[in-house]
Amino acid sequence: MTETKTKATVKITGAEAIIHCLLAEDVDLVYGYPGGAIMPVYDEFYKFQDKLTHILTRHEQGATHAAQGYARVSGRVGVAIATSGPGATNLVTGLADAQIDSTPMVCITGQVPRHLLGSDAFQETDIIGISTPVTKWNYQITKASEIPEIMAKAFYIAKSGRPGPVLVDITKNAQFEEFEFSYKKCKGVRSYIPTPKPNMGSIEAAAELINNAKKPFIVWGQGVILGQAEEALKAVIEKAGVPAAWTIMGESAIPTSHHLNVGMVGMHGNYGPNMLTNECDVLIAIGMRFDDRVTGKLDEYATQAKVIHFEIDPAEINKNVTADVAVLGNSKETLELILPLLNENKHEDWHDEFKKMHEIEYETVIKNDIHPTKDKLTMGEVIEEINLASKNKAVIVTDVGQHQMIACRYAKFEQSKSNITSGGLGTMGFALPAAIGAKQGAMDREVVAIIGDGGYQMTIQELGVIFQHQIPVKIVVLNNDHLGMVRQWQELFFDKRYASTVMVNPDFVKIAEGYHIESKRVSERKDLKGTIQDMIASDKPYFLEVKVEKEDNVFPMIPSGAAVSDIRLK
Amino acid sequence: MEKQWFTISVYSENNVGLLNRISGIFLKRHINIESLNVSKSEIDEVSKFTIVVYTTEKWVHNIVGQIEKQIEVIKAFYHTDDETIYQESALFKIASGLLFDERQIQNIIKDSNSQIVTVSRDFFVLAKSGRRGEIDEMHDQLKPFGIMQFVRSGRISVSKEEMQISAMLKEFQP
Repeated sequence: MTETKTKATVKITGAEAIIHCLLAEDVDLVYGYPGGAIMPVYDEFYKFQDKLTHILTRHEQGATHAAQGYARVSGRVGVAIATSGPGATNLVTGLADAQIDSTPMVCITGQVPRHLLGSDAFQETDIIGISTPVTKWNYQITKASEIPEIMAKAFYIAKSGRPGPVLVDITKNAQFEEFEFSYKKCKGVRSYIPTPKPNMGSIEAAAELINNAKKPFIVWGQGVILGQAEEALKAVIEKAGVPAAWTIMGESAIPTSHHLNVGMVGMHGNYGPNMLTNECDVLIAIGMRFDDRVTGKLDEYATQAKVIHFEIDPAEINKNVTADVAVLGNSKETLELILPLLNENKHEDWHDEFKKMHEIEYETVIKNDIHPTKDKLTMGEVIEEINLASKNKAVIVTDVGQHQMIACRYAKFEQSKSNITSGGLGTMGFALPAAIGAKQGAMDREVVAIIGDGGYQMTIQELGVIFQHQIPVKIVVLNNDHLGMVRQWQELFFDKRYASTVMVNPDFVKIAEGYHIESKRVSERKDLKGTIQDMIASDKPYFLEVKVEKEDNVFPMIPSGAAVSDIRLK
Repeated sequence: MEKQWFTISVYSENNVGLLNRISGIFLKRHINIESLNVSKSEIDEVSKFTIVVYTTEKWVHNIVGQIEKQIEVIKAFYHTDDETIYQESALFKIASGLLFDERQIQNIIKDSNSQIVTVSRDFFVLAKSGRRGEIDEMHDQLKPFGIMQFVRSGRISVSKEEMQISAMLKEFQP
């Protein structure tokens, strides 16, 4: 907390008030891009640069993804700021991404002065209307006196309960106006219950189902990470002996090496967890929302099982999959409440089924992915070398596509909040700026961005930020000269009609060199290990392009609309 | 699951952008709002939305969940027609001459329990409150004589069950 918090009676401008609000919320880093309607605030950034760092991204979308990366590794609220009009509309993709992936973020936009609202003024756009469907909350401030209360509310709403993005639009006159500033943190909003109170009756009912289950199966999601329930989940699965799988957003909550961690569910998840979803007798979903990429065909998803749903957001209950028992509340709280009610169990035969499935997957898919015998490099072996060089300790930031699925399948984690990816929205271009934020949110950790050649070119300009601020992220582009995932679908489902998926790429190494970032290209296996070791050992930004097999496919795969048990191994 | 009529009641803070947020929830799911009414409620400074939709219970459950999740929404409910007392209101503007030339119109006014709101030299206005069917019936009866203007309001409704909004508001207090 800063001493500025309660400095009343002195009149300050709205723009300066915004800085004091940010400082009062312990914000010391914001990402953004200036412009006409937000200039008074930028003038204050200049004056307060010793307390508040502003990172100039090269595009406002980059600011949102950087703020998201920062939020996801640190658990704090990410902040992005932009001007009105195009500055504001460029935030929309990041807002939508943060909304669907429940990332706490506050976006501040400048707006034309109040007297020009509705006049189609220069750079006027209705960002409140535009951002409404992709924000948890938004508000337009038109007078300075509203700033403290609204900013406090914005931070409270962004981070409480199920987190999400909030947008605050501030007209330029409100930035100039002077008023008596005082700040009080928001402790509640009368119409908003962030976290439902746990109901012991449903917890007891859930415990009874788990205790009587022969084949219980846990699928956890990001709710475990957001609820800081990692230890509570570990205690539950260890005591009850329940095999547990993760959705892409839940990855890293439990170490990869944990004997009860059976892998990923979903379209490109592991064979066992997908197949056995349709054999378990009790399915325990924790902090996950039954996305279609997880469930496949809903009518054939775990219909044999009783479903227990631990969830903070009541709107998720029975949205896609009907729960026999719904346990509302913060996941840490509810898991700690159920733990003493659970019987100790081992379920060894049931575990063996997962092991058998894993062996099948290893022989048909995994072995060839991470220890290939063919000449061309695979994405999987690159991930494996990164695991080895970083000793499974890196934060892995991925973009969207084949490399993302491969990275999430093969990256190994020991620590939570280590897998940063665009899960729900599938935003290509996410990784490079998100890696910047991730590094700045966890400076003591190794951050490796793994990106495809397609997504990389969507936000490649953020190399400028990495260069200017010497942010030591490691960038690995897995280049197959294709939009690989779309190409894979074209191969499998569109008779190999490769419409607009072949990329004629520039010299990525030269581009990185243009930004004075140390750069390497690897095309042969003999160079891979050493180069990745050098990259990880470097304490500077580093760019590595790996030329991989052009037409590899990601398997296993549940074809779109098929049942989880129709998962294909090839 | 069968489609049926549902009345959604939303108690909320009085907020400029909320209508946009709520209508977006319907838009995203391609569910048509058959009728919408916004008014004050029994509680000071709390607004009430009454929304009528024709859909399945699964969808109305989903929608109400999404509505209730909005920050400024205090509580949202849904009810079937059997569970509510509901009405709509309509105004009919008709040429004054008809009142004297067409005796049948006076019978329609009497039989339909409608009120004459105003009479001027050129036109008179009838007001009718009731179920949609009753209003439609009156409309059909008057139509052959010529209706200069017609307008019908959205449904307003109260639930038979108690709505403990005041108690909820107390619980919200931080």
